[in-house]
Amino acid sequence: MITLSHYLTVAAILFVTGIFGIFLNRKNVIVILMSIELMLLAVNINFVAFSSFLNDLAGQVFTMFVLTVAAAEAAIGLAILVCFFRNRGSIRVEDVNVMKG
Amino acid sequence: MGFAAFAFYLFAITAVVAGGLVVLSRNPVHSVLWLILAFFSSAGLFVLLGAEFVAMLLVIVYVGAVAVLFLFVVMMLDVDFVELRGELSQYAPIGFLIGLVILLQLGFAFGAWEVTELAQAQRDAVTPALDQAQNTVALGQLIYTKYIFLFQAAGLVLFVAMVGAIVLTLRHREDIKRQDILAQIYRDPAASIEMKDVKPGQGI
Repeated sequence: MITLSHYLTVAAILFVTGIFGIFLNRKNVIVILMSIELMLLAVNINFVAFSSFLNDLAGQVFTMFVLTVAAAEAAIGLAILVCFFRNRGSIRVEDVNVMKG
Repeated sequence: MGFAAFAFYLFAITAVVAGGLVVLSRNPVHSVLWLILAFFSSAGLFVLLGAEFVAMLLVIVYVGAVAVLFLFVVMMLDVDFVELRGELSQYAPIGFLIGLVILLQLGFAFGAWEVTELAQAQRDAVTPALDQAQNTVALGQLIYTKYIFLFQAAGLVLFVAMVGAIVLTLRHREDIKRQDILAQIYRDPAASIEMKDVKPGQGI
């Protein structure tokens, strides 16, 4: 019997994987963005699991809004990345110090 | 073990393994492909939960748009990813520690957690029975009535993101030749054509 806890466990592991990915790949902005997508996916799994087990559709509606914001975030993040690469010729996070005083 | 349990474990293990390989793989192209696999298996989990519409949305929006956008950018930028990766970051142990602490905290929360009796009464939008409305119909009846303003706000977020992405990446290059239609229209034949009297056997 698959309970709510099973889904919450999967979501928790995915969320922590995303956090670990940010630490592990802290030089590569693209993988950091992908890690953030993983964390948002984990949040979505939580929302849908609670929505399904409580019979409340509001969770799925909210999942759609999270999905919208995630798509917008990915588009803006990658646009900034492309812009940055044109100016500096690199995507190393350590090079993002132009505004350093 | 029933089929539902088997499917759950299949999708869950695939999602977790693919998520781990997203952060561990050396080549970002492989990372994106593992991310797509993680999205697909999460969509399977959503189908198991009875949220078909969100599952299909995940496949269309995440796999079809976001992951392909990532793939596009990874392949477009000419970056030496091996150099970028280099040695395993020295922050990996502390990242592992922080992840473990957060996992333990989540485990404590999920272990000692139960639904209050008020939860059933406090539901915002009770799911209709399946013979009344299926998942997609029920969601549509909800977002176009009760959550219409939030729905519009979501559209606005996407619009702003689209404008922002265009503004950030559009550039007008001055050093390339372009067709100037107005200059072509206003070109004067009298000023631009010259008659030459070519002598036979000489050329110009």
